[in-house]
Amino acid sequence: MRKVYNKILSVAGNVITVKAGDISYEELAEITTQRGKSLAQVIKLENDIVSLQVFAGSQGISTNDEVRFLGNPMRVTFSDNMLGRIFNGSGIPRDKGPLLTDNLIQVAGPTVNPAKRIIPKRMIRTNIPMIDVFNSFVVSQKLPIFSVSGEPYNELLARIALQAEVDMIILGGIGLKYDEYMFFKNTLEEGGALSRSIFFIHTASDPIVEGLMVPDLSLAVAEKFALKGKNVLVLLTDMTNFADALKEIAITMEQVPSNRGYPGDLYSQLAARYEKAVDFEDAGSVTILAVTTMPGDDVTHPVPDNTGYITEGQFYLRNGRIEPFGSLSRLKQQVNDKTREDHRAIMDGMIQLYAQYIETEEKRAMGFRMNVWDKKLLKYGKLFESEMMDLSVNISLEKALDLGWEILADCFNPEETGMKSDLINKFWQKELS
Amino acid sequence: MNKKNGEIIGINGNMITVAFDGNIIQNEVGYAITGNEKLKSEVIKIQGNNAFMQVFESTKGLKVGDSVEFTGDMLSVQLGPGILGMVYDGLQNPLNELAQKYGFFLKRGISLDALDFIKKWGFVPTVKVEDTVTGGNSIGYVVEDIFKHYIFIPFHYKGEYVIKSIVPKGDYTVEETIALIKDKRGSEKELKMYFDWPVKIPIISYREKMVPHEPLITQTRIIDTFFPVAKGGTYCIPGPFGAGKTVLQQVTSKYAEADIVIIAACGERAGEVVETLRTFPEIIDPRTGKFLMDRTIIICNTSSMPVAARDASVYTATTLGEYYRQMGLNVLLLADSTSRWAQAMRELSGRLEEIPGEEAFPAYLESRIAQFYERAGLVELNNRKIGSLTIGGTISPAGGNFEEPVTQSTLKVVGAFHGLSRDRSNARRYPAIHPLESWTKYNSFIPANLVNEAKSILFKGNEVHQMMLVVGEEGTSLDDFEIYLKSEFCDSVYLQQNSFDKVDGASSPERQKYVFKRVHEVLTKKFALKEKQEARRFFNKLRQLFIDWNYIDMKTDKFKVQEKLIMQLIEEYSGEVTESTEKVVGSFHDLAREVSSARIYPAVNHLERWSKSSDFAPGGLVDEVKSILFKGNEVHEIILDGGEEEIPIGDFVIYLKSEFFNSVSLKLSSIAKDDEVNSPERQKHIFTRVQEIITREFTLKEKQDATNFFDNLRQFFIDWINTKPDKFEDQEELITNFIKENSEDEESI
Repeated sequence: MRKVYNKILSVAGNVITVKAGDISYEELAEITTQRGKSLAQVIKLENDIVSLQVFAGSQGISTNDEVRFLGNPMRVTFSDNMLGRIFNGSGIPRDKGPLLTDNLIQVAGPTVNPAKRIIPKRMIRTNIPMIDVFNSFVVSQKLPIFSVSGEPYNELLARIALQAEVDMIILGGIGLKYDEYMFFKNTLEEGGALSRSIFFIHTASDPIVEGLMVPDLSLAVAEKFALKGKNVLVLLTDMTNFADALKEIAITMEQVPSNRGYPGDLYSQLAARYEKAVDFEDAGSVTILAVTTMPGDDVTHPVPDNTGYITEGQFYLRNGRIEPFGSLSRLKQQVNDKTREDHRAIMDGMIQLYAQYIETEEKRAMGFRMNVWDKKLLKYGKLFESEMMDLSVNISLEKALDLGWEILADCFNPEETGMKSDLINKFWQKELS
Repeated sequence: MNKKNGEIIGINGNMITVAFDGNIIQNEVGYAITGNEKLKSEVIKIQGNNAFMQVFESTKGLKVGDSVEFTGDMLSVQLGPGILGMVYDGLQNPLNELAQKYGFFLKRGISLDALDFIKKWGFVPTVKVEDTVTGGNSIGYVVEDIFKHYIFIPFHYKGEYVIKSIVPKGDYTVEETIALIKDKRGSEKELKMYFDWPVKIPIISYREKMVPHEPLITQTRIIDTFFPVAKGGTYCIPGPFGAGKTVLQQVTSKYAEADIVIIAACGERAGEVVETLRTFPEIIDPRTGKFLMDRTIIICNTSSMPVAARDASVYTATTLGEYYRQMGLNVLLLADSTSRWAQAMRELSGRLEEIPGEEAFPAYLESRIAQFYERAGLVELNNRKIGSLTIGGTISPAGGNFEEPVTQSTLKVVGAFHGLSRDRSNARRYPAIHPLESWTKYNSFIPANLVNEAKSILFKGNEVHQMMLVVGEEGTSLDDFEIYLKSEFCDSVYLQQNSFDKVDGASSPERQKYVFKRVHEVLTKKFALKEKQEARRFFNKLRQLFIDWNYIDMKTDKFKVQEKLIMQLIEEYSGEVTESTEKVVGSFHDLAREVSSARIYPAVNHLERWSKSSDFAPGGLVDEVKSILFKGNEVHEIILDGGEEEIPIGDFVIYLKSEFFNSVSLKLSSIAKDDEVNSPERQKHIFTRVQEIITREFTLKEKQDATNFFDNLRQFFIDWINTKPDKFEDQEELITNFIKENSEDEESI
């Protein structure tokens, strides 16, 4: 027996209240307005006053509109039929395909028992040296790309999605510009990956609350596929929009804001999503690559700051390149000892020298005299930036390591690199110069 | 206990408002009932007939009108044998057992007993019937892995009791009654091997709390030497994300010399706990010979687990720590991270609509933090034994800025501060504890005056470095530059430590004392360095030798050999002959003093003696070789005076030859007499080839080419000395070819 109410007590922001009984927390309701139907979710119960956040926004809601409680929390369909399909933030198809209603699963389900997790050990190769060599990406990792508006983060995301060795891709777009959405669609289509992808797309023109559900829907579906043995890569862009939607609801609900207006539970909210990344023993895995744009390029802004504490590292995308400083994959230690013996040495050695180059470059810019060593560093820095850091470089890990030795040999004497002698003997590229 | 019931009248996130009748207790546990699930909750505020309760699970699906069952007990943990080696969530549910029973996910409304009620323990009674006891006395013990686990009269039993009966030695489960006691008024109580204790009440069943004085060894050099922690003390590690807080905690949990380590993973990443979970049961603890897990308890309430249980997890961990302290053990509690705990308080405070303090944290944040750290301590127990609970908490300050409420409140109450810096971690200088900002109130096992001298070099070195950023290297005096190099040297060879390396990862106190003496010697010594490039080269070499030394096991012979190499290098550049270098150079020191002005003379003399004594060149060095060496030294002097440009290429090559000769010969002379790889014949052979280089003519046109050539050649020779016998000839061929390419008369080779 579904309950229908048609007296809305208040409308504030995207939150409405109605008087109703026997309603469960986080239950869904459907609101029929003159503009059409929208889903809404219970976010607070106080005696018989029920507060709901309306996914389509509150514009045009009349106080006598019909609110029908569905008796269940947010659910999403789950089946192989979803592959190649595109849904919106309420889980309704936004392509012209048929509505899927079979096999509904709950979203935002329970968390994985830490005792059942395993140590991640499988590397995901992306053929981007700044990732593969310096900050290897690992199955079940959760990693954001920290960037600012205007940077090609969605291009990077799409490229990794295409090149990464995974079974499935789930794209969760939150506040995506329409052309970015088309870009993803076209890129994956051209790359022949659309048939193993599922899109949950909330565009910038859609009601903001709808974006809140996108990560939960994407991850719930990903988790189910992972339990069926699939290695799923979930792309979420842009999580700052998600946090902003949280902020909007929190302020409407008159919660005490903690930092720059964001709710005090921002950390827990983000963690609840990111922690869905998992490698199931004897089954598949969920890996999360997200985009977090930093307002004002400020990493101490609450969204990137809280994200950084949750995720297993981060990639900084700046000036079209993945920055070697600040970028970090916390799981790289688990995999980069099994690739090639010189992997770690190249990784550390080249970054240390690049750090010295940066210092020298600063000195040079201030007009200090450059000695022989400085000149070597300058040459090295330029080479490193153009041959390794440039995002257009598309080579395998092994080739990238060889390239690393080549660059070193081009610029330095062996003992200046701080590398162990046995590695130098084996890999140094200019043996008889 | 009568079960009282209430009814939910409001739900907001994880907080429910419950209308109740009769009496309830602050912090009482109740269960919200939805369908067949019972959700554990705790009373946190009472107002009239309404109780505000935080629910330790997701509140999804709860309804207004659902009933709440009160238990009459405060939130408690079970204390008894079988806690060691366990992995619990914040409410002491055993996670491994949950996983076995319920699979991948933590289902809602499910809880299991913290202790194994089936396992039998070998109980040994230590009291007799008619003995008088009181709360906190032990009545016997069982053996739990490595320790005697004492069975106590519950700590809150006040006054005197008489033992009415006690079971004989034998195997019992924790649930069986093992003794009967009677108080003065004649009422009897049954004792089991376990009892419940409310987590928010400290256990204070001891004679006296003492001032922490003995260092707690962590085997991390920068901590033990520079910013030590004491047994029973407190410390905090604030740092931005990515600075290595968790790695530092993990290393500490592995190597710290505590009897028991409790890891409270509070609101952090699940993945990080997994590593501990999976590896500790397989790593042998060298101190006990048992698995690391046997001395570890993990309280794991990671970031996606319910927030309210995160708040509880800190208290659960502390209570378990206090319990084991009662047995006279040294317990170390590592809480990662206390900021998440503070955030849990903040979330709750927000839902209670309390007036917010700074950054919306509740006003009582500071007192809660103080109460938590104050539960640490070194105590003398009632049986005169000493036990300690040390607490180390990480802090994750928003934006990495230490001027925030959690960091500031913590700094007021802890004994040591290990501030992690993003700059240091960006420069891959791990552990990224900032040596200038951190502090400690405890004493190290290394005398304070030595440590302070090192600290002052670090401080001055930083000042010089800041200045250099403005005026450049050329605007810095050589003395200042040397201080800068010394501070960098101390940083890279002592403060930095590779936690992933087997040897370098854990530095014993003996090793730290030994190595620090040498480092201190370098820091306080005046070297004969004539210009900056030379100084840089010297410190680079020295650094390399020390870093290699850090990776060598102290028990091996190689350790001594490496030390000898270091001492030789120091001697070579030393302005004055010191006591310690004397030992190494031995009888050569008088020779060296005679000709102290020229750096190369002692070396030549040394080498001459050495080559004679070891029968390499029975008649001494060939005159031609010797004259080139002396000539090389003269050229060197000119270079030092800044005249490199004027020197013709021929002379420059002579200088390079002499440098080459020195370093390779020094390396040769450092080989132990009974070295297995390097037989005397082989050494002699190499030495002949070295001499050959000195007298050979090369086709080197540019100084840069020449420098490169000799640098390479030296590397080849040093590697040659180190090569295994089977690669010996390959390496020689490599060298021969390399020489050939740069030689005048190609046919003759």
